[in-house]
Amino acid sequence: MTSRILPFQNDPIKPTAPAPVTITVDGVPATGAMGQSLAGVILASGTLRFRRTSVHGAPRGVFCGIGVCYDCLVEVNGQRDVRACQRRARDGDAVVTQHDELPAAPAGDAA
Amino acid sequence: MASSVLIVGAGIIGAACARALAMAGFDVTVVDRGTVAGGTSSACEGNLLVSDKGPGHELVLAQYATSLWKQTVSDLTEQLGDAFPSVEYDPKGGLVVATTGSGAQALLDFAASQRGAGVDARVIEPDEARRLEPDLGPLAEAAVHYPEDAQVQPAIATEALIASARRFGARVLENTPVLGPVHDSSGVLIGIGSPAGHIRAERILIAAGPWSGEVARMLGAPLPVRPRRGELLVTTRMRHRIFHKVYDADYVGAVGSDDSALQTSSVVESTASGTVLIGSSRQQVGFDSRMRVDALSGIAAKAIRLFPFLADAAVMRSYGGFRPFMPDHLPVIGEDPRMPGLWHATGHEGAGIGLSLATAELIRDLMLGADPAIDAAPFSVGRASLASHLSAAAGDAVASNAAPRDAVA
Amino acid sequence: MNTSRTDVLVIGAGPAGLAAARAARARGASVTMLDSSDQLGGQFWRHLPPERPSANERMLHHGWVKFRELSETVLSDDGCRVIRGAQVWAIEPDSTSAGAAHLAVHVVVGEPDGTGRRRLVLTPDAIVLATGAHDRTLPFPGWDLPGVFTGGAAQALAKGERLAVGQRVVVSGAGPFLLPVAASLANTGSDVVGVYEANRVPALVRGWLPKPWELAGAAGKGTELAGYLAGHLRHRIPYRLGRAVVAAHGTDRVEAVTIAAVTPDWAPIPGTKQRIEVDAVCVSHGFTPRLELAIAAGCELTAERFVQVDDSQHTNVHGVFAAGEITGIGGVDLALAEGQIAGHAAAGGLAADTEVRSAVRRRRTFRGFARRIEAAHGIRDGWPAMLTDDTIVCRCEEVSYGTLCRATDATGSRSLRALKLSTRAGLGICQGRICGRTIEALLADRVGDAGLTDGVSTDRRPIAAPIRLGELADPAHPDPASQHPVPLKGPK
Ligand SMILES: Cc1cc2nc3c(=O)[nH]c(=O)nc-3n(C[C@H](O)[C@H](O)[C@H](O)COP(=O)(O)OP(=O)(O)OC[C@H]3O[C@@H](n4cnc5c(N)ncnc54)[C@H](O)[C@@H]3O)c2cc1C
Ligand SMILES: Cc1cc2nc3c(=O)[nH]c(=O)nc-3n(C[C@H](O)[C@H](O)[C@H](O)COP(=O)(O)OP(=O)(O)OC[C@H]3O[C@@H](n4cnc5c(N)ncnc54)[C@H](O)[C@@H]3O)c2cc1C
Ligand code: FES
Repeated sequence: MTSRILPFQNDPIKPTAPAPVTITVDGVPATGAMGQSLAGVILASGTLRFRRTSVHGAPRGVFCGIGVCYDCLVEVNGQRDVRACQRRARDGDAVVTQHDELPAAPAGDAA
Repeated sequence: MASSVLIVGAGIIGAACARALAMAGFDVTVVDRGTVAGGTSSACEGNLLVSDKGPGHELVLAQYATSLWKQTVSDLTEQLGDAFPSVEYDPKGGLVVATTGSGAQALLDFAASQRGAGVDARVIEPDEARRLEPDLGPLAEAAVHYPEDAQVQPAIATEALIASARRFGARVLENTPVLGPVHDSSGVLIGIGSPAGHIRAERILIAAGPWSGEVARMLGAPLPVRPRRGELLVTTRMRHRIFHKVYDADYVGAVGSDDSALQTSSVVESTASGTVLIGSSRQQVGFDSRMRVDALSGIAAKAIRLFPFLADAAVMRSYGGFRPFMPDHLPVIGEDPRMPGLWHATGHEGAGIGLSLATAELIRDLMLGADPAIDAAPFSVGRASLASHLSAAAGDAVASNAAPRDAVA
Repeated sequence: MNTSRTDVLVIGAGPAGLAAARAARARGASVTMLDSSDQLGGQFWRHLPPERPSANERMLHHGWVKFRELSETVLSDDGCRVIRGAQVWAIEPDSTSAGAAHLAVHVVVGEPDGTGRRRLVLTPDAIVLATGAHDRTLPFPGWDLPGVFTGGAAQALAKGERLAVGQRVVVSGAGPFLLPVAASLANTGSDVVGVYEANRVPALVRGWLPKPWELAGAAGKGTELAGYLAGHLRHRIPYRLGRAVVAAHGTDRVEAVTIAAVTPDWAPIPGTKQRIEVDAVCVSHGFTPRLELAIAAGCELTAERFVQVDDSQHTNVHGVFAAGEITGIGGVDLALAEGQIAGHAAAGGLAADTEVRSAVRRRRTFRGFARRIEAAHGIRDGWPAMLTDDTIVCRCEEVSYGTLCRATDATGSRSLRALKLSTRAGLGICQGRICGRTIEALLADRVGDAGLTDGVSTDRRPIAAPIRLGELADPAHPDPASQHPVPLKGPK
């Protein structure tokens, strides 16, 4: 199992039933609660990996949750480098995961 | 016994000179008031350009430098080994683009004159330019490709030159400011005063970048080197989309200008880490290092003219430094006729990274009394174009009451 | 033009900023309050969005009533303009500005990390900086795996979205903050397998016991912490001292962690390792103040690297005040007291005025509390023993501990600036927010006795948040409302 939203029926703070919001992540639909961040919707859909790093191709996901680490960067509706934890999800948002390869080492670089 | 040289400044110029001199058998000491590569040489770009220089002495020096870089990088790599960070030498070539009709003619004329001086400057059709740089915007009116342009990571290059100099026997004293001259009883310069005491040497070489004016005045031989502020932008990492150093032809105008007001031009290039570096501004504001938003806005606007896709790229950092500006736009390389034993290697303005290796060779040959590979006279302190500025600088020194104070006294 | 009113700009709408805005209004200033978030409340009072109303949200918060009261006061006041989604990205000196602070505050307003956001330049008479702090998390092998979170992330997602970051979760690090993190996880449905505080009883006793009377004044804080401990008992969460998560394991995500006993200075003790299966880890070793705007404004820092302020929360820069976590980590009550004093002083008042007498008293009490937290829970020197050669220390540029050490040895450099450039540590998109202090500590350790000598710090970030080149190229709009505030409400 992984991250998940506390079902509203079980929540002691007695919320009203949340309205759904649906986005796509690399084309796959994911549904969360209206007002959630993209990060929250993606996490709750069972995805921890938001991108692959440039040097090692390692998986990365949400780390700080408050907009300082930039590990949760995604492309949203064509806009790159959006911190998923800072952007609220809107119906129809098309999220694409980012992986930026480093430029190939130049031929002339002796090292 | 080896002849001793004390170099003031551990930027790229001091580093390159230290290495060349130590290799030639001199007894070299480098002092810096801060750390190695703590000044301009880590607050700049690392372009090694011939493309921005018109026919003349600076171009000759740049061509000489270009001939040295590749071999030097491979020597450094071999000497320092794999654990040493890469200097990121990349002979990627430059592409200069004119975005206005009048700019196009000026660029073509400029390129023709450069070709006359032996520069490989290939006029290409805008379509061909877009083949080299697919994301180039629609404004390109004319373009010239300069295959000889290259780049390095300047801070690492400085570190590498210093590390190499150390292996050839040079000593490096960091956090050691030069405070004044040391003279013998007959008034001859024999060393410098520092908080660590007097440091003696037969020759003293000022390579203090934009602070060279200050140091020269302190040592009693005022030199009109002034700081010229430059700021740069760094984007976040992106897919590799810019393949050469691409710049707007109006850069050529800004370099040669004396205007102290804000000027911006755009030089756009990718770095080995996937970011895009966009420079730069030119402004004379003394040593005021505060970021200026208007300068950054100007740089951004010009970069977008070249590459419209950059409008959506995110800038994550800005930094800047002070170019060592000379009023007659040539560096000073050689002994100071006004003060035997005092030498200069400074005033390279916006080209000190590129010119460093050639400067060091000249200094070495002049100190050895050998014939340099190119004529050093145009860079001498005694050149005609500098005379009036030298006397003005001397006047300023008296007026500011900063006449030399002798550390011996 | 109305020049009699002081134009006060409050940056940050957390507890400190809210208290400052209200106090500045109470003294008659016209106030603009900005926050990059679209909500008020900062980190402490992070709450559910208006789309998700609930009957009992206050259960999740301490001081919820206080928050409602503060936010309603500022939002209903025509003399207080609140601009949300407003990211301050630069502050520059501006000798020609109309505002008496002679600083230009550059803002982009719009969606976080959007394109084409509106650029605004504010030139107030006085500024209250209340930009808060973020988690400081030390590196350990595997900390870059998805599923490893800061404590703050767990907290923010639980309070702001009712999302539990994992099902089986371990909380580790140091400081009283681990308790609310565990409590939030538990009440959002996670099974908190354990809370591991690296410090031991003697350190905690040393920190908490020398002046017990100080705690009396901080009674609210005591109750808050006691509440968390009671919660722990209810949820049967083990709270272990002198232990830490020293590694996280997994390939694509965290699957297990290694817990080890650590020495009083936090070095793992061989032979004490224990592996626990988890699907999330939350780690926090304290907080780092968000100093970039203060530094850009020219503010001096203390030896501990917080913004230096006087009794009126005034920095060394004329017209610039600071409050909350950027002046020292002390929690919400200290932030509220400081904010109130700062707002009052920014509007022309004095710390000796009766309006702020109780705030001054509370500030004294809670500063004592903050000192004791640091003494008890502060980071100890032995932690680098957790690192292996290939442990990533700079997450953005993926610089390993080994690379950092080898570059330092090879260059012989003692310059932080040069070492950053030659290793790329701290040069990535977070601009050293996560790794800066860590890199400084590791490099200082590596270069030996003299330490780093170039006087450079990783806290300087003249561009305080990324801005799109297109936005930068666009001319900025001068603030239509400065000097003479037009009644304006925050964007809906
Ligand atoms: C924005 C910008 C972009 C640039 N781009 C390029 C480029 O693309 N290509 C290029 O070739 N050039 C470029 N330059 C120019 C280049 O950076 C400089 O010409 C070059 O770095 C100068 O090197 P230096 O060794 O003379 O000076 P510095 O690197 O400044 O070194 C001088 C040293 O002297 C020391 N010093 C000063 N006073 C004292 C004292 N009293 N006692 C002891 N030590 C002292 C300082 O601490 C410093 O370390 C650029 C410059 C700027 C600002
Ligand atoms: C994620 C997180 C969760 C926390 N949870 C708790 C908790 O549960 N219990 C507890 O006791 N303490 C908690 N803390 C500690 C918390 O920092 C303090 O208790 C309190 O919130 C500090 O108040 P403040 O006003 O100083 O700063 P903050 O509450 O941090 O407010 C600062 C505000 O400034 C804004 N800001 C910063 N920079 C800019 C900029 N450049 N432009 C525009 N706006 C900006 C931020 O968006 C933020 O809203 C938490 C801290 C973090 C980081
Ligand atoms: S998780 Fe750190 S910025 Fe989004």
